[in-house]
Amino acid sequence: MAFQILLNFILAFIWMFLQGSYDPAAFFVGYLLGLLIIYTFRRFFKSRFYVHRVTAVLNLLYIFMRELVLSNIAVLKLILKPQLDIKPGIFALPTDLTEDWEITILANLITLTPGTLVVDVSADNKILYVHAMDIDDAEQSIKSIKDSFEVAIMEVSR
Amino acid sequence: MIEIVRVIVGCCVVTGALLSLVTAFGLIRLPDVYTRNHAASKSATMGVMLVLLGAFLYFYTEEGYADARLILAISFIFLTSPVAGHLISRAAYNSGVKLWGHSVQDDLREHRLVQNSKEHLPACEPREADTKSQP
Repeated sequence: MAFQILLNFILAFIWMFLQGSYDPAAFFVGYLLGLLIIYTFRRFFKSRFYVHRVTAVLNLLYIFMRELVLSNIAVLKLILKPQLDIKPGIFALPTDLTEDWEITILANLITLTPGTLVVDVSADNKILYVHAMDIDDAEQSIKSIKDSFEVAIMEVSR
Repeated sequence: MIEIVRVIVGCCVVTGALLSLVTAFGLIRLPDVYTRNHAASKSATMGVMLVLLGAFLYFYTEEGYADARLILAISFIFLTSPVAGHLISRAAYNSGVKLWGHSVQDDLREHRLVQNSKEHLPACEPREADTKSQP
């Protein structure tokens, strides 16, 4: 992916040299033309066309923001409720992610999810230990984490 | 236009202060380290971010000054506070802080006990480990 972006920059610079005008507008036009060229020649690269990955990163950022707002509302409700009828506990969450940065992002996302907080990662990076405010829906939250976050992170890394 | 932005700035700052207040309530009311950490690592993050966002918008519209340091501060807080929450709860767990009495499940404890009985530390609570790993 980094190689494709670098190639796109080089193509944009070549466009600037061909034009003989060195302003941001020329760079922008050259960048768009280079994007077109890279899209045309995408079958020669090993990885996917990099715009897909950029949109995946933006999607991940959107999920981060949404979860932050939702978790704040959930914690607010829990704290301001008159009775404290929570059932906390630690459950194990097996994960399919392998790279270190992927697991870091997953742990950060889980920490920002309503009612969950990562306590520990097992030594072989296979299991995350998550502290939950309400353990009753642990199974369901495992499923939802797997469905939304892991898929979104895999979309970036693959 | 300016009036709308003023209303937005007011909402941001007041909501952020409210969230910080709720965090303080949570730190007093909740029963143990881990549940308190929930309140501290989520509501405090959002509260500080909203206050900073309000300050940024205020200086941008009233003074025409876009302070990039505020944006950087927002992103740094956003990145670091979940990690801080994780590290505090992990340090608490490793130094043996008990969960709240009404907690219902503790997979990590079972995992640790199994590992201790399997690998080394034969003197470290072998009886408890045996009873735990038998079923």
